[in-house]
Amino acid sequence: MAALEKDIIRSQERVKKLHGFALFWAVVWARAYPRIIGALRQKSWLFFETVFPLMGVIGYIYVYRSVNAPQEYIGFVVLGGAMTAFWLNVLWSMASQLYWDKEDGNLEIYVLCPAPMMAILIGMAIGGMLMSATRAAVIIIVCSLAFGVVYNVGSIPLLIAVFLLTMTALYGMGMMFASVFLASGREAWHLANLMQEPIYLVSGFYFPVKALGALVATAASIVPLTLGMDGMRQLLFPSEQATGLMPVELEVVLLILLGVLFIGGAYFALRKLEQIGRREGRLIERRR
Amino acid sequence: MSNPLAIETQDVRRIYKIRGPKTKGEPTTRVALDGVDLQVKRGELFGLLGPNGAGKTTLIKILATLLLPSSGTARVDGFDVVRDTEEVKRRISMVSGGETSGYGLLTVEESLWMFARFYGLENKVAKDRIAAMAQIMGLEERMRAKISDLSTGLRQKMNFIRGFVTDPNVVFLDEPTLGLDVQAARDVRGFVRQWMDDHPDRTLLLTTHYMAEADEMCDRLAIIDSGKLLVCDTPANLKRSLQTEAVFNLKVAPLGAKPKDGDLLEAVPGVSRVNVADVNGHTELALTLRAEDALPEVLAYLTRRGSSLIALEKREPTLEDVFIKVTGRRLDQAADAEKAAE
Repeated sequence: MAALEKDIIRSQERVKKLHGFALFWAVVWARAYPRIIGALRQKSWLFFETVFPLMGVIGYIYVYRSVNAPQEYIGFVVLGGAMTAFWLNVLWSMASQLYWDKEDGNLEIYVLCPAPMMAILIGMAIGGMLMSATRAAVIIIVCSLAFGVVYNVGSIPLLIAVFLLTMTALYGMGMMFASVFLASGREAWHLANLMQEPIYLVSGFYFPVKALGALVATAASIVPLTLGMDGMRQLLFPSEQATGLMPVELEVVLLILLGVLFIGGAYFALRKLEQIGRREGRLIERRR
Repeated sequence: MSNPLAIETQDVRRIYKIRGPKTKGEPTTRVALDGVDLQVKRGELFGLLGPNGAGKTTLIKILATLLLPSSGTARVDGFDVVRDTEEVKRRISMVSGGETSGYGLLTVEESLWMFARFYGLENKVAKDRIAAMAQIMGLEERMRAKISDLSTGLRQKMNFIRGFVTDPNVVFLDEPTLGLDVQAARDVRGFVRQWMDDHPDRTLLLTTHYMAEADEMCDRLAIIDSGKLLVCDTPANLKRSLQTEAVFNLKVAPLGAKPKDGDLLEAVPGVSRVNVADVNGHTELALTLRAEDALPEVLAYLTRRGSSLIALEKREPTLEDVFIKVTGRRLDQAADAEKAAE
């Protein structure tokens, strides 16, 4: 057996390799793997990522209860709380990820190997999305059962479409920010910190975004979560339709446009990053 | 395969902008490579020997498509590193000393699988090759360990598997034994040599500042200093070029005050080169004489300077002597000078 294994390496026969779409797909799943396995392997992560975020959401629920807000508002908070999982993941594990990868020496290998960088970013996104979905699902299930949230879904296909389009545009934005954060030359966590809380406010995580006024809410729609949450709230709580920012159908169109914009932006930002990295001899390599 | 050259550079220059605030008159650029012409034949294990900051890593990064040359051309496996980046990437791999790549929560096996997939290896092929290579590198019992739990030596062995498992045509090794203990460094060198013997059509470019490593491993090597390739030949030929001269190591009592220029040891008839180092209360002289009969003159000179001979050894020339000949200083002194210049 040992001799056979050595023969595999000592053989002069060339190894066949994947190209094109097959390579792209292999890279997506290879890069998603550490996200999924790594998270499952950290037992403490499962606890902290599911139990602690519940507390923040429950806090908001009690605020609404204490002022006798309509029951739908509890539902708004639960949905917003669930979506924070994706926002935090995009900010800390997508936008900041190339920076961490540079510091660990992984980015240099990514750039060196024939794997398309877009495939690496999509792999990160899929892995992160799957793990954040766990946290989001726990928040929705636990809070809905505990506080009696009633959902009246008008159109399940439309709800799924809004959710998936929101995820596509949101993670597209994270992919684009990954290059922007790295190129900015600042410590990535400063930028992530800078964006985290303001987006909670302007995207209406814990209240209907229209309350900010049409102008601010529309401007905040550049963040896909703003439109996504507004659309999902309208579809889950029919009374919200009166306070929705804009018709769901229009939000779907805008989310598609945002998805194209951010994923296209991510592609060009990556190309620019590689060009600057190769030209200036920095950005990509780890500081030793 | 018709092109006999695996690596070819013509007049490659690389100039870095110096970042940060500067006072008036301070340089704004630094020349890292200055007109490098290099030809490495297919099947060669070629070494680039030079001090830290000499330009070795810059050259390897240009060849590996990580960095653009400021001017000149470079080709790897027949492809231009600027125009045909994707073609070059498919054919190469690179391993650097002190690499910490990978994700700490993954096992060695998983991490290697991930990188193998990035190079397009099919699932089963990747797993079979990783298992085989782990066995060769003596890492098979640690394949289920998390990479964050590995020692430096084991981690570098893992990096080696990553670099070779993808069946590259050209491998770049940048200071691969940096920071390794003696046994781990020996294992790594043994593996590299074996791989080259098993795959005579592949090419390996190694950078190092360890003379013995370059001497032991390389078919040919070039000495690089301050961004310039100074000589290029087999280690044996380079050392042979000094054999018309006699090389001595002298351990002497400390020399007195430094004399005037006209009375330096270098001025003694028959002395070709000398390198002086004060070590633990005595002085060590690395002395190259044009002929052995110049030695009595040297000893007389030492007596005049108030010193006396403690030990004398005649030895075969080493690559260190070659380095001193072509650069006028020892490798460690060159490294210090480069560091001061940065």
